[in-house]
Amino acid sequence: MDAIFGNLDLWGEGITYTLLVFVFGGLIALVLGTIIGAMRVSPVPIARAVGTAYVNLVRNTPLTLVFFFFVFGYSALALPKLSNTVLGIMAIGVYTATYVAETLRAGINTVPVGQAEAARAIGLPFGQVMTQVVLPQAFRSVVPPMMSVFIALLKNTTVAAGFSVAVLPQLQSTISNSHNRTGTPMEVLLWVALIFVALVMLLTWLQRTLENRWRIAR
Amino acid sequence: MTSVLYDVPGPRARRRNSILAVLTVAVVIAAIAFVIWRFALTGQFTAEKWYVFTFTTVWTSIGEMLLNTLSAFALAAVLSLALGFVLAIGRLSDHAWVRIPAMVITELFRAIPVLVFMMIMYYGLPSLGFKVSPYWAVVIALMVYNGSVLAEALRAGIESLPKGQKEAGYAIGLRKSGVMILILLPQAIRAMLPVIVAQLVVAMKDTALGFIITYHELLYYAKLLSSQQGRPILQSALIIGGIYIVMCLILSGVAKWLEERSRRAPKLGGGAADAGHDPRTHEGSTVTELIATQQSGGKNGGAAGL
Repeated sequence: MDAIFGNLDLWGEGITYTLLVFVFGGLIALVLGTIIGAMRVSPVPIARAVGTAYVNLVRNTPLTLVFFFFVFGYSALALPKLSNTVLGIMAIGVYTATYVAETLRAGINTVPVGQAEAARAIGLPFGQVMTQVVLPQAFRSVVPPMMSVFIALLKNTTVAAGFSVAVLPQLQSTISNSHNRTGTPMEVLLWVALIFVALVMLLTWLQRTLENRWRIAR
Repeated sequence: MTSVLYDVPGPRARRRNSILAVLTVAVVIAAIAFVIWRFALTGQFTAEKWYVFTFTTVWTSIGEMLLNTLSAFALAAVLSLALGFVLAIGRLSDHAWVRIPAMVITELFRAIPVLVFMMIMYYGLPSLGFKVSPYWAVVIALMVYNGSVLAEALRAGIESLPKGQKEAGYAIGLRKSGVMILILLPQAIRAMLPVIVAQLVVAMKDTALGFIITYHELLYYAKLLSSQQGRPILQSALIIGGIYIVMCLILSGVAKWLEERSRRAPKLGGGAADAGHDPRTHEGSTVTELIATQQSGGKNGGAAGL
């Protein structure tokens, strides 16, 4: 317990940074992922090719390497200085965007072909087919897997600790490296694990609730 | 991709599509040009930055690190498959004293981030008097996490089987273990093979987390190289990144191949899928093929009408 109450300031900071990376990384992933996902189902062949290339390239790169590019590579390019936290948020956003894109695409594919065909048969143009028939159905079936993507994103925020962003696992080295802090690495890490288990359980509960509420009878 | 979202483009849509295509190309070229410009400006293309890669020893070390990465991955893959089977079967057990612990373990290990588990192994255990090498920390963390994810995949595979399969097994006098081993597991593994291989790709990528706990793998070496003369950070990241992407693409390719192979209706024999050439009935067809068929169909139809 000393590991918690002796370092309350650090825990507050760790949780804040973890949530910061989670929320802003998630926002980038959502926006970028929607664009890439839309490109992958668009009628423009080049857009589809670019979307596919992006997804295949980034999805097969380890997240640690994406961080490596953003945090170490960015500084080598002599661009305006950004903090590691901002670069980490960008890295995690770019990485998770591929998963968001694939989830959206899979969601659109769950809508039966007949729905789109019927909509087209009554003369709706592409915009209306999408906004009035396909997307409302796709959105509902997409929510549970999208929550899984965000659970993975939450767990992936820990990787930022390896790139000196003050997310939760970073506490371990902060506490071990200072003499007047209490708590062994094991205690600190077990508390970190416990916090993640709690957060993941919360998101899983949310996922189940939404899944039950928005289930479509097919 | 079976959804037929849009019609064969007419003149207006075709114009709009070509504008979008030009826009996409412009954005992509702009992004690439920007990166190349920054590369050129900061001298990333100079020989000095690539100098370290002219040494044979550097490449032998890269090979060594690749072996380290692969050996951690291979052992973790085998162990996580084993753990996955044990946990999946445990969770389906009729005895509560087996089922509940298996459930708790699966849910717990799935919720703990792999990196945190690795750090518990490597930084945490020494404070209790156990010393764990980085290799074992990586392997055990990957085994525990991927094992519990695979367990869920296998369980989902077994539960998705028709109830009659199990009942028929009992009807012909098999015991519980016989039903599981002879009837349920083979079908579940077959159905879940793409998921299993996809999870192995995740395990492969996660070996790169070992870099944070000083396991001597590829990314660790990239970091090491970037402290060399000329500080080739981007260069080593690009080369190591290329190696990772190739390895993961090979595994993903295997997953895709397995998925396509299992999709060909096995009950009807291999020839059944070739019966119809209408891409709308063929699940593997892409939108491109679909549009191409629609367009050529339209043109041919028009020609015939004339």
